[in-house]
Amino acid sequence: MKEFRILEIKQSVFADNDRQAGELRRELRERGVFLLNLMSSPGAGKTTTLMRTIEALKATLRIGVMEADIDSDVDARTIAGSGARVIQLHTGGMCHLDAAMTRQGLEGLGAGDKESSRKAGPSLPQDIDLAILENVGNLVCPAEFDTGASKNAMILSVPEGDDKPLKYPLMFSVCDVVLINKIDVLPYFDFDLEKCREYIRMRNPGARVIPVCARTGEGMKEWTDWLLEQVKDWREG
Amino acid sequence: MCDGAREGERSMHELGVVFHIMDSLEKVALENQVTEISKVVLELGEVSTVLEDYLQSCWKWAIRKRELFAGAELIVEKLPALTWCDACRQTYPTVEYGKICPHCGSPETWLLQGNEFNIKEIEVR
Repeated sequence: MKEFRILEIKQSVFADNDRQAGELRRELRERGVFLLNLMSSPGAGKTTTLMRTIEALKATLRIGVMEADIDSDVDARTIAGSGARVIQLHTGGMCHLDAAMTRQGLEGLGAGDKESSRKAGPSLPQDIDLAILENVGNLVCPAEFDTGASKNAMILSVPEGDDKPLKYPLMFSVCDVVLINKIDVLPYFDFDLEKCREYIRMRNPGARVIPVCARTGEGMKEWTDWLLEQVKDWREG
Repeated sequence: MCDGAREGERSMHELGVVFHIMDSLEKVALENQVTEISKVVLELGEVSTVLEDYLQSCWKWAIRKRELFAGAELIVEKLPALTWCDACRQTYPTVEYGKICPHCGSPETWLLQGNEFNIKEIEVR
C-alpha cells in the first residue's frame, strides 16, 4: 500500500471555472457570437427589459435567449413570440450558473441552428449575433462565477433602494453596465439617483449607468445603442 | 448559504462550490496518479460568501457520491478580513468596522484580503 503524501494545490476554487469561461469566450468570439450575462434581483424587471430590447434590435441582430431563472415570471413563450430563439436552462436548484452550464445552454441554442445541427454532436450556435443569458435572480452568487460572457449587465430597480451598490459590492464591480429601471416611480421612493451613481462609481469607475423605464421605454434607446455598439466592437475586435 | 434565494426555494451555494472543488481535484488526481484523497485543506476568507458549516455538511454528503473522496476530511483555514484606507493609508479589521475607516472616517476604503477561497493542499496516496 502506498504512503499518504501532501500535494500542494494553491489555486482558487474558482480557477477551473475561470479557465472554462475564458475558453468559451474565445470560441464565441471566433464565431462572432456576443454573449450578454444579465443579472438582477427577482422582480427588477428583466422580462420587460428583455422584451423591449429584443423589439428594438431584432431587425438588426439575430437574438437567442437562455432563461436560467426557473422560478421567474418570465414566460419563455412570450419571449419566443418576440422573434428571439429561447431555451430554458435548468439549474437544478443551484443559485448561479457557471461556465459549463452556460456552454450547455448555448449548445441548446445551437441545436435550433440548421447549419450546426447537421454536424455530429452538440456545438455552439453559428447563426446568432446576440445571445442573452438571463442569470438566476440574486445579487451574490452569479457575481462570483464567470459565465464566459462578453459583457455583464445588471438591472437595479428603484424600489430596491439606492444603497444596493454598498450592500452587494462584488456584483457592481463585475458589471460593465448598470440599468437603473423603473425610473417612472422615482417620485414615490426615497431613491437618490445621483447618490446611487456615486456608490456605483466608488465600486466600479468603469461601469456605464443608464437610467431607464422598460415599461414606458424611457432611456431604452441609450441602452440598446450601447448594446449594439458592444456587439459591433466584439466582432471587429 | 445563498441569501438571494426566495422563501421555499433553498438554493445551496455551498453544494455547487463543493462540486467545483471536487471537479478540480479529480483532474489533479488524474495528473498525479492519485487513487485516494484523505484530506482537503481550504483557505477561506472571513468575508467570502461561503459559510463553513454549510460547506462541511455539503462535503459530508458529496464525499459519499464520489469514490476518490470516500471518507475525506475537509479542513477549513480562516483568513481574517482586512480593509485598506486610501485616505490615511492604514489597514483595519473589516468585520468590526465595515466600509468606514475607524482611523480617519473616510469611505474611500478597499478590501485588502478576506474574500479568498483557495484550495491550499490535499493529502493523497
